[in-house]
Amino acid sequence: MDTLDNITIKLKKEDINFIRAVCSDFNNDRNELINVLHKTQEHFGYLPAEVQELIAAELNMSVAKVYGVVTFYSFFTMVPRGEFPVSICTGTACYVRGAEKVLDEFRKQLGIDVGEVTPDGKFSLSCLRCVGACGLAPVVMIGEKTFGRVAPEKVAEILSEFR
Amino acid sequence: MTEKKQHITLTIDQHQVSVLEGTTVLEAAKKVGIDIPTLCHMKLHDMGIENKPAGCRVCVVEVEGRKNLAPSCVTLATEGMKIRTNSVRVLNARQTVLELILSDHPADCLVCIKSGNCDLQSMAQRFNIRNITYKGEQSTYREDFSPSVIREMDKCIMCRRCEMMCNQVQTVGALSGVNRGFMAVVSPAFEQDLQDSVCTFCGQCVAVCPTGALTEVNHTSDVIKSLADPRKTVIVQTAPAVRAALGEAFGLEPGTLVTGKLVSALKELGFEYVFDTDFAADLTIMEEGTEFLNRLNDFFSGNEKANLPILTSCCPAWVNFFEKQFPELKDIPSTARSPQQMFGAVAKNWFAKKIGVKREDLIVVSIMPCLAKKYECQRDEFKSNGDPDVNYVLTTRELARLIQLANIDFMALPDGEFDSPMGESTGAGVIFGTTGGVIEAAVRTAYELQTGKTLEKVDFEQLRGMEGLRHATIDFDGVPVHIGIAHGLGNARRLLESIQRGECNFHAIEIMSCPGGCIGGGGQPLHHGKSKILKARMAAIYREDSGKKLRKSHENPDIIRLYEEFLGKPLSHKAHELLHTNYFDRQVNFLEEN
Repeated sequence: MDTLDNITIKLKKEDINFIRAVCSDFNNDRNELINVLHKTQEHFGYLPAEVQELIAAELNMSVAKVYGVVTFYSFFTMVPRGEFPVSICTGTACYVRGAEKVLDEFRKQLGIDVGEVTPDGKFSLSCLRCVGACGLAPVVMIGEKTFGRVAPEKVAEILSEFR
Repeated sequence: MTEKKQHITLTIDQHQVSVLEGTTVLEAAKKVGIDIPTLCHMKLHDMGIENKPAGCRVCVVEVEGRKNLAPSCVTLATEGMKIRTNSVRVLNARQTVLELILSDHPADCLVCIKSGNCDLQSMAQRFNIRNITYKGEQSTYREDFSPSVIREMDKCIMCRRCEMMCNQVQTVGALSGVNRGFMAVVSPAFEQDLQDSVCTFCGQCVAVCPTGALTEVNHTSDVIKSLADPRKTVIVQTAPAVRAALGEAFGLEPGTLVTGKLVSALKELGFEYVFDTDFAADLTIMEEGTEFLNRLNDFFSGNEKANLPILTSCCPAWVNFFEKQFPELKDIPSTARSPQQMFGAVAKNWFAKKIGVKREDLIVVSIMPCLAKKYECQRDEFKSNGDPDVNYVLTTRELARLIQLANIDFMALPDGEFDSPMGESTGAGVIFGTTGGVIEAAVRTAYELQTGKTLEKVDFEQLRGMEGLRHATIDFDGVPVHIGIAHGLGNARRLLESIQRGECNFHAIEIMSCPGGCIGGGGQPLHHGKSKILKARMAAIYREDSGKKLRKSHENPDIIRLYEEFLGKPLSHKAHELLHTNYFDRQVNFLEEN
């Protein structure tokens, strides 16, 4: 058996310091796990396994529990985001105004599914629930930029802005 | 002062019942003979173990004045409450709930290892379900094989008992509920294999799994093949806790000792020599007890840095636990191997020569109450040129099935006797099977070796019991020796943390991973949440001890002979080589990348 060695996880020094600082900002309190995950994902764009291991160690809880929370909430992701993350609102208003068709068009144009990244790392695709701009439904966000009343026919044009 | 709890009177079906504040409807109903069915709920009262996520909804009841049905396992009784446990509405709801669970469960009961012993199956029978009306998603999941435990999560009903055991009771933290909806599963982090997680293989998840989702790795066919191989000499050792539980698999009352029948059954199965792990337990006491006395005398002679407390090392899940979670303490447990591995080392290096068999042709089989033993015998330290000291481990459950498979009428068997020279044992070896037993056995020998006096009374009642954390002070002829005992890894963690904080003044600590010690091991017949079964097994172990002529390990004539013929004296060079081991740091650590 080859399980007798301890497991070493490599992380960049500044990443280790960042995660430790975030945990310490929340008093290394395991009840603050969701807040810690939010801050960490905001920084890294996603939550890779090594990062979850370190958070678990810092909050003195099992990494299985951390992973349980990461996989329960759809907001958290273990896949790196693209340079331009594409988020399609599928909240009620957007949904009834045809968000599903818009989403399908993005899938087709980018050749990826929700939760994936294009091979060149440029675009990633996700769904979110209501950005509070229901008057503009259906709404799409790319990075910080918001697009309203998006029709499937407009998808190619929107994407060309970022290519 | 705690406030006195009020009495509450409520009506359940036709019965009036008075209970204390804080009682659940489920418990109140039990008081008047109403057995509300439960599936996810599990309570081991004496050990403070309770699982009530109210997830399965099988235990719902009607509460007058409430719109929705209430899960009785978490609904507290209130004054004047009126409960219906068997109205048409309740019965329909329960049936629907169970059918929905069954609709996402593989219908392979005929070939499932849990068949006949499965809580879900008995529930389907009890509810008289003859047809599953619902057709829908069938979640599937890859199988995960570790050295000890098999996970077949297709069969998981998300009762979360395993998760409760792994996290609350054992504080191992290998398992957690992950993902959502039909994708939801109880799994290690990142859905990695159990073997790559912090799992200790204690098997308590298997012991409480209501279905066939978590089971033991089965080595029965390997053993059958070895027994049939004319080139092999196959010998067997059987652990103390097995004799106190095997009878349950044949319908005997919990706590029935079947030592003699067990020996006969093993002979019927074709083992050439039937030996006793109790013999190796006595050997463990010689080594571990001597090590303890050396460290203790080091301390009493003024060395403040003496390596104390000494921690027992018989339990392989406990070894995994401190290697993975407390590696900084890896130098304080005794270096003595477990009785299973001491037996294997002596068998392959001494007994094999004695009977003129090459070590590779001697097959050593263990019958153990434990799943971690399956892993332990595969550790590299316990192999010689790739040949393991112990070849196969069968659990008590596997042995029961093997006996049935071999057409042996267990109940009709006469009482057999263990073979020589590794079958003689003392009462001290027997009590290894229960919490507090190893340390009591060590005290019996250490006391006499240290003081040169004979113990008038060998029973140390102050070391016995079911409490998770216990301590006692034993008078070594004027010198107080402080003993700590923990069973269940959660209690072990509490003890280890107090050692780390420097708050602990124990000289010796016994730790067993499973609640109750080996009698509650993950390989034993299932207790289905009944803690009186564990108590009955414990009583049986002490009964076997008090019935023995010899009750102190150092008086075992076979042990005395083994030292004379082969090992020299405890902690000799030979003893170190064969009977001791070392531990590894297996914790996750973080390295700065350049």
